[in-house]
This record gives sequence, structure tokens and C-alpha cells, in this order.
Amino acid sequence: MSLPAFDYVKAGSLQEASQLAKEKAGKAVIMAGGTDVILLLKDRVIAADTVIDIKGIEGLNEIAYKEGEGFRIGALVTLFELQSSEVIKEKLPALADAAHYVASAQIRRKGTMVGNICNASPSADTAPILLAMNAVVKVVNGEEKKDIPIGEFFKGVKKTALQPGDIVTGVFIPELKKNEGSAYFKHAVRKAMDLAIVGVGAWVKMDGGKVADCRITMGGVGITPLRAYNAEKILIGNAITEELLEQAGVAASQECKPISDVRASAEYRTDMIRVYTKRAVKKAVETLA
Amino acid sequence: MAKRVISFKLNGVDRDELVLDNMTMVDFLRKQMHLTGTKRGCEEGECGACTILLDGKAVTSCTMLAVEADGHEIVTIEGVRKDGVLHPIQKEFIDKWALQCGFCTPGMIMSAISLLNENPNPTEHEIRDGIAGNLCRCTGYVKIVEAIASAAKIMAKEVAK
Ligand code: FES
Ligand code: FES
Repeated sequence: MSLPAFDYVKAGSLQEASQLAKEKAGKAVIMAGGTDVILLLKDRVIAADTVIDIKGIEGLNEIAYKEGEGFRIGALVTLFELQSSEVIKEKLPALADAAHYVASAQIRRKGTMVGNICNASPSADTAPILLAMNAVVKVVNGEEKKDIPIGEFFKGVKKTALQPGDIVTGVFIPELKKNEGSAYFKHAVRKAMDLAIVGVGAWVKMDGGKVADCRITMGGVGITPLRAYNAEKILIGNAITEELLEQAGVAASQECKPISDVRASAEYRTDMIRVYTKRAVKKAVETLA
Repeated sequence: MAKRVISFKLNGVDRDELVLDNMTMVDFLRKQMHLTGTKRGCEEGECGACTILLDGKAVTSCTMLAVEADGHEIVTIEGVRKDGVLHPIQKEFIDKWALQCGFCTPGMIMSAISLLNENPNPTEHEIRDGIAGNLCRCTGYVKIVEAIASAAKIMAKEVAK
């Protein structure tokens, strides 16, 4: 399918990109890797007369790690860079796993993690782990800077909290402290190039064999990635046993709101949430920092 | 409609070309540059038939705008053979019968080149992961995986020499 007519602008600075996006309110789309944006334009899902490419803006392509704080993933860091990053593989392997799950190598070499979340697909692979890790989306709008907690970022299918002129510059992810672990599991028909039937992220903080705190997150089973609050409550304060994991899995499956589509029925998704919640929590505990 | 001149390297040659803003890379290569080795399959980033190298890395050219090539280097299957000599991956695809209809082959080879650049000694699993974004409706992939594994060995020997 051919692309609709639009003007391409390669922005030289954040201010330029932001100002143009604001002037064109609703009629401009920001593009980084472009692997989602180009398809959405082709399919007429987004209508834009201006495509603003931010790949020429400096300072957005770094994976920065600060000990005692966390990671800053720039808006232009590709999913492939994330999956292959030594520091991410060592200190936050669940994020490398989530990045690796996205589409194919060809898409991951061009597509970015920030693009993956800005596209706000309910089954975006990096969303559940970022939600489990309590990430913060860093935004610039003209001269103004703002932080959007990831829990407030997703507003619906392809809808985010971003306003006209907002340019996401990166994502901050707190590092795993001692006794904390995380994991992400995706369940799909094919191992590659397929959207998740369900995806489950988990972050746990242990204290002497008991769960001191945790976050369980679910992708592909609602209009946005969801927290499984009841499942979290079941785990907190208790030692991990098979029975407890089963209870948490059942609670999570009752909290998700899946639909039936070509990939799977709602019933199947619900049961897979139970199964993958158990697996994700178990793995998160196994990989304690 | 907006057009602009882009300067880039295509198969080793510096070029300046006038391109439409809304033209995808695959259409630009096929329609404007008449390089039809790059195939157009799904046009949605799913099948990998349109895979090319952008600065040495395999990407799908249907999910890329031609204007994005400005200042970069593009290699298509037409640029893989050097001085009349086939690339070891091309040679192994032929010797191992890794193609039938051939439609997926250019994309497969571009993905394989990129994979072996990144990881010169891949396991079978890593090879399969590297070509997971390339669909083949004929071969069943077994011969393709064998050809890439065999090319990796040959290339490693060449490097050692
Ligand atoms: S034509 Fe580009 S991936 Fe299918
Ligand atoms: S050889 Fe026919 S599609 Fe692969």
C-alpha cells in the first residue's frame, strides 16, 4: 500500500521538533525508527501532513547507567541495541528479553523502545516490564521539561498522555537494588514477528524469604498494559510457594480484561495470564540482584 | 508534493537522487533505481523480502522512507557480489540448495550478512533468530540454516588466513 502525501522534516533540535509539532497540532507525527509510524501512515490509522524525523537530534541515542540510580534509555536507542547492551543484559536482563521479543531483527535494528511505547499498542512488549520497573517517561515541550510516570502514560489503544509538542527524549528506569528482581515473559503463537497473546512483567523485592513488595503487569489483555494489584497483594508479606503463586495467578487472571481475536480467545488469554504470572514471579525471584 | 535531493552511497557508489518525501525505500529502489533484486512482499515489515543493509545492518525497506537514506549507506542484493565473485553466503545458498522459487532469497541473504557481521560464529538457534523476520514458503528453512552455518565457517577461515 502506498503512503499518503506528507512533508518530511528532519528536525535539527528538540525545540524545532517540538515547536513544529505544536504548530501542526494533531497533523504532525513524530518519527524515530519509523517502523511503526510508516505502517500506521500506510494503513491510514494516523493522518498527518507532516512527518517530523528526530533521528538527527543529538544526545538521544545513549544507554546511560548511573550506579545507585538507574538507566536512561534515549529516544533513539534501538531495540536491537537494547537487546545487545552488555550493561542491560547484566543489570536488567528482563528489559533485554522484552526488547528481543519485539518483531524481527530487521525491525529491532531500526525501531526504538521509546517508539514501542509511544505507539501504545496494548501488546507492546516493552510496556509491561517498564510498568513493572516503575519507569519514568522524560518529555520536552519547547522550553518546558516534564516527567510522566509510566503508570500514567498509557491512556488507551494507540493513546498516550502526550500533548501536541511533547517530544519524548528518553525513559528513566530505576536500577534493581539488592534483593530485587524482575522478569518479562511473552506468550505468542510464533517466537518471532508476532504480537503477544499475553505478556507478563514482574518486579519483586524480597526480605528474608518473604515478598516485601512487588508489581505484576500484564500486556495484551486490556486497552493498556495493566497492573495486577490483587495478585500483588496476595504475594506481599508471604513466602513464595507453589500454592501462593497459583493464588496470585488466579487473581491476576481475574483482573485482566482480554478480548477474543484472531490470535486467541479471551478465555485462553485469561488462563495464560494465570500461567505466565506464576512464571514471571518465579523467574523474578530467581534473578534477585 | 515535496521532494528533495538526498546524498547517499548505494552499492558502493556515491549518489545524489531526487526523491519524493512519501516514497518508501523499497519503491525507490525498484521503481526509481531499477534495482528489482529487493522484493516487495507484504509491505508491512512482516515478510523480510525487502530486506536491505542500512549502514551494514539489515532492515526492512518497506518500513523505511527513501529520504531517511540521506547521509547513509545502502547495500542491496545487487551490491553483494564483489568484482564478479559471489559472496560466500550467496555461494553456499547455491551449493546447499537453500532456495527454490528464490523470492525470499535476496532478503534472506541480506539478513544473513548482517547476522554474521554481528555474530560471526552463531549457533543454530541464533541463525534461526536472525532470519525469523524472513518468511520462506518453499524450503522449510532447513537448507537455509545449513547454508548460513556453512558460510559462517568459510568466512571464519578466510578471516583466519
Ligand atoms: S515487503 Fe517489507 S517486510 Fe514484507
Ligand atoms: S525459496 Fe521460495 S519463498 Fe523461499
